[in-house]
Amino acid sequence: MLLNEFLLLGAALFAIGVYGVLARRNGVMVLMSIELILNAVNINLVAFGAAHGTVAGQIFALFVITVAAAEVGVGLAIVIMLYRNRASIDFDEVDALKG
Amino acid sequence: MVAQHIAFGVIAATVIVGALRVVTTGNVVHAALWLVGVLAGVGASFLLLGAEFVGVTQILVYIGAIIVLFLFGIMLTRAPIGHELRLTSTNWGVALVVALAIAGVLGYTLIDAFGSGKLPGDTRQLTASVGDTLFQSYLVPFEVVSVLLLAALVGAIVLARKD
Repeated sequence: MLLNEFLLLGAALFAIGVYGVLARRNGVMVLMSIELILNAVNINLVAFGAAHGTVAGQIFALFVITVAAAEVGVGLAIVIMLYRNRASIDFDEVDALKG
Repeated sequence: MVAQHIAFGVIAATVIVGALRVVTTGNVVHAALWLVGVLAGVGASFLLLGAEFVGVTQILVYIGAIIVLFLFGIMLTRAPIGHELRLTSTNWGVALVVALAIAGVLGYTLIDAFGSGKLPGDTRQLTASVGDTLFQSYLVPFEVVSVLLLAALVGAIVLARKD
């Protein structure tokens, strides 16, 4: 197996996730796209760990999974607050700070 | 080795197609279900890399917990369950340009730097060695992450509480 196969898969997943974050306007969909980005990072960490024969890559992937769980929890709480206050989770309408 | 390449091809196709559907589908619930496919594919690629513990954790945490959290979020924000056209912003063309630029730069850099770097034949790392390293070299970061998880839990409850 080539190392690059996994790295290129991660790069493609990362680019798709960035597209989702920028192009989606529904709050929940933006959070899903962030999950894609974090998974791309995890693929890279585990692939480099396997290439170097160390478990450090897997340990950091576990840390990223934990932080992703925390991020989704707080992110969805924020989205639900947004829905409660504005009756909409459309990020294009959240422009109260616009000059 | 051939079997590994075939398995990788199947996994990569599943992940890429699923991810594209997540960011293009017009239905929020369908996006969550496509995300299940992507996360399962990533977990399978961890198994292919010999990272058994991370692969199982991926299935347990992502598909078991985070997807359920997303579905709760979709239900609680009463997003229309049927087809919905206003999910994608009008400036998606700019987003596409940025994403293609990132893919181009990353792809060129990776091919240039790791062109024919091979993985070792046997990349298996057993759960026992992961556990040993986690609780010896990385004990302090592990505890810090558990405190972070507790803080996020309390923060989510405080944010979403009704009063």
